[in-house]
Amino acid sequence: MQCQVCKKAPATVHYTSIVDNQVKKVDMCEACAQEKGVNDPASFSLADLLLGLGASQKMEEASTAAGGDQNCPQCGFTQADFKKSGRLGCSHCYEVFADGLDALLKGMHKGTHHKGKVPASLRRATDVRAKMTKLEADLKAAIGREDFELAATLRDEIKQAKKAEAEV
Amino acid sequence: MNVLDFLITPAEACQRSGPNDKIVFSSRVRLARNLKGVPFPGHAKKADRLKSLETLVPAVSGLPQMGTEPFAEAMDKLTALDKQILVERHLISREHAAKGVGSGFVLNKDETVCVMVNEEDHLRMQALRPGLQLKQAWMAIDGVDSSLQEKVEFAFSDQYGFLTACPTNLGTGIRVSAMLHLPGLVLAEQINQIIQAVNKLGLAVRGLYGEGTEALGNIFQVSNQMTLGETEGEIVERINKVLLQIIEHEENARLAQLEKKPKVLFNHIGRAYGGLSHSHIITSKETMNLLSLLRLGVDLGMFGSTPKSLVDELFLLSQPGHLQIGHPEKLDAEVRDALRAELLRQRMKVVPAPDHTGVVTKAA
Ligand SMILES: [Zn+2]
Ligand SMILES: [Zn+2]
Repeated sequence: MQCQVCKKAPATVHYTSIVDNQVKKVDMCEACAQEKGVNDPASFSLADLLLGLGASQKMEEASTAAGGDQNCPQCGFTQADFKKSGRLGCSHCYEVFADGLDALLKGMHKGTHHKGKVPASLRRATDVRAKMTKLEADLKAAIGREDFELAATLRDEIKQAKKAEAEV
Repeated sequence: MNVLDFLITPAEACQRSGPNDKIVFSSRVRLARNLKGVPFPGHAKKADRLKSLETLVPAVSGLPQMGTEPFAEAMDKLTALDKQILVERHLISREHAAKGVGSGFVLNKDETVCVMVNEEDHLRMQALRPGLQLKQAWMAIDGVDSSLQEKVEFAFSDQYGFLTACPTNLGTGIRVSAMLHLPGLVLAEQINQIIQAVNKLGLAVRGLYGEGTEALGNIFQVSNQMTLGETEGEIVERINKVLLQIIEHEENARLAQLEKKPKVLFNHIGRAYGGLSHSHIITSKETMNLLSLLRLGVDLGMFGSTPKSLVDELFLLSQPGHLQIGHPEKLDAEVRDALRAELLRQRMKVVPAPDHTGVVTKAA
């Protein structure tokens, strides 16, 4: 079994803990275990345990790079709160801690960009915007070809689409 | 209305059937959602939590999907026993059972949709179906979510999707899971291989009951871990494929066990019948393991026309909270173990002694 942290040395330390009724298991080599403070439960972070080793470190590095201790202006959440709880304070925290999160999410999920369901209200707006972009490109092409009849039709459609956009 | 009066009886609940329900007890799909502009419950002040509770409980209760007269209550209005029963019925999480003021719970009458308000997120909405019906469960909860979005605005970002308190739920906020009965794989000692293989596919497997790696009653829960970067449909499809494979492995393991070690298998099942029918003191842990073998015996046709719903009902009724119902004084473990044995002796009277003679042990 390989160490989950350095992914090089064989794992000899096996750390098991129950968090929220879920068993979390971490396998590490001696050196990484020491560094992570696994033998000293007080310094072992819940964020690491919940989100994978190195989670709090990634966030800390990003925070330092951004010029020290960040906190969320909307809810007051800090880096230390994240390390302690493995959770964020509010939706705005995702913008405040974006740099660290990106690195964290890469290892956690299939991708870092949402591909699933979009709220209907936003979807309508996105659809209108996409339609507009296409119409404008078509119009440009029509004018380029000197197809003024088509261009006139497209201009009407754009006018309609703009009205729709204002209504969304 | 008291929650115990609202809930359908264990007998009724266990009679529901669905595809592949020999091996798959139930399917569920959960969505995590948060209100725009309100801190997540874990970081919100009491006033904020009360405000979102006051918005969300009526909004959810009024949805067409919740039917007429759903059960809706604040968590501080429920007794410790009410909460324990809801946990044992898998309708709320243990974390939610620990909540008080500022959290709530909504359940529709046929218990196919339940919603926790202010658990870790403002909303944890789940759709439940018997047997393997992940797609149906997803469609149901998708409908609930869409209807609710016409009433309230959720925290959403183009990049990260639906925003959740824990980054592990980000994006779709979806948790697709199924509860499986895998005695064949456990007896054949193949379960760890299966768990490892499934883990490699990014899915989590854990024992539903018991601490650590132990899976009481050979009951396992398989669920997705990744929620961002894939569509809900892709996640449901992937886990469905894996579950169909696990089902096939379980069926094969049962057949192989019958072919290679029929005596060992019949011995386990026969002793389980004896233990359940004749004990006077029995722990919850032993009960679950014996009931698992009884269910396997029922699947193999060793218990005449005994329905597996009886076994499933006993799984529920022998839990500590369900044993406590009707006893005003708090029962201690010792008293419960005696009560449980009495209940089992009583209910096992209708189950005929195991008969292995009709079981085909060699592949035709
Ligand atoms: Zn290492
Ligand atoms: Zn914040």
